[in-house]
Amino acid sequence: MITIIDYGMGNLGSVFSMFKRIGIKSHVTSDLEEIHKARKILLPGVGAFDQAMRRISESGMQKVLNDKAIKEKVPVLGVCLGMQLLTESSKEGNLSGLGWIPGRALSFAEELNDTSLKIPHMGWNNVVKTKSSALTNDFTDEYRFYFVHSYFVKCKERSNAILESTYGLTFDSAIQRDNIFGAQFHPEKSHKYGMKLFENFAKI
Amino acid sequence: MFKARIIPCLQLLNESLVKTIKFNTYNYIGDPCNTVRIFNELEVDELCFLDIRASLEGRNPNLKVLRDIANECFMPLSYGGGIKDFDTAKAVLSLGFEKLVINTHATIKDKTFITKLAEHFGNQAIIGSVDVKKNIWGKNYVITKDGTLKTSLDPVEWAQELVRLGAGELLITSIDREGTWEGFDVELIKKITDQVSVPVIANGGCGTTEHMRSVIHEGGASAVGVGSMVVFQKKGMGVLINFPDQTELDNLT
Repeated sequence: MITIIDYGMGNLGSVFSMFKRIGIKSHVTSDLEEIHKARKILLPGVGAFDQAMRRISESGMQKVLNDKAIKEKVPVLGVCLGMQLLTESSKEGNLSGLGWIPGRALSFAEELNDTSLKIPHMGWNNVVKTKSSALTNDFTDEYRFYFVHSYFVKCKERSNAILESTYGLTFDSAIQRDNIFGAQFHPEKSHKYGMKLFENFAKI
Repeated sequence: MFKARIIPCLQLLNESLVKTIKFNTYNYIGDPCNTVRIFNELEVDELCFLDIRASLEGRNPNLKVLRDIANECFMPLSYGGGIKDFDTAKAVLSLGFEKLVINTHATIKDKTFITKLAEHFGNQAIIGSVDVKKNIWGKNYVITKDGTLKTSLDPVEWAQELVRLGAGELLITSIDREGTWEGFDVELIKKITDQVSVPVIANGGCGTTEHMRSVIHEGGASAVGVGSMVVFQKKGMGVLINFPDQTELDNLT
């Protein structure tokens, strides 16, 4: 059972439907009790960094999530903004992130040298494995994912990067530290490739 | 590697999926959600839904149908039809659509609507849509409100204006070709892609992968919209949701 955290940022329907499609039970919740009981957590997110962190802290979720991820060590997967929240901070906002994976989110607008590249980075892109991980088991060269983001993550420890992608510069498109995983792209919008990633996560 | 996107552009008539010929002669295709499921199987890069009568009938987008579509769809999505205020635009995006297609409201009511949406949601989320028809002397003009209202706008100039206003992508539909299987208006697309820097989706008339190749290579299109070809078995034949073989598409670019 995958617990999909609803903190009011974006529609979670396609995430839920994709799990259902691959035969994995999931539920969407904002209830602290439910989150407290979770065996596996998916942290989605579309929108602005500070707004997301504010909602997570004001709803009381932050403490519960910290307990689950750090003390209980249940597998957590952050998707898109949800991955950026796993890091310490973002150029997009002033608030601290969850801080579970050392690193921060930087801005394409500030870092890109090639001004002909459009921001956000939006569309299908390839991923390159930098390290083997349970999340990316059986990924081959043909794997590609759908991205929409204006900020990108660079981990402090290179050993925390598991996939890299390139858009004018090379950034970490999936990250991992112990039981905590993040994917910058949208698996739920990347048909069979996304399903494989979700399947891998469900098996962890 | 640059790869042109092949985007099924599907026409909604409120709750049903239909296919028109030259924006007329409606053929019923089926239920949009079933169709989405098939396109999931076919691993299509992106889908575009257009409610072709919403503006004409003054309807708002059918959010219930759009929610069902978004929940079934494991690929990026865009929607157009009847979006004329900020809150509706926001509601559609929050259902899980990545892009909004804007035509009538910006063309006849308020062109700064494009700017307002682009500033808030980003240029990448706004597709400026231009429907084009030829007059009896063969001169192109912009027509809007689901092909019912002629304007004096020149398609190339209007396309440039939409980009200035903030559209991050353009959908150019040739109504005279739409549903005919006779190929794109490559000349029109070329004139526009020569003048704008944003990606252009060429739409109207696709019947073969050769048509795609020509509008990509000669017309400079970044993406092609396909309709009849992916919902009918063949020209004049029954409904069959299909998509060209990936190897065939790989040879396009």
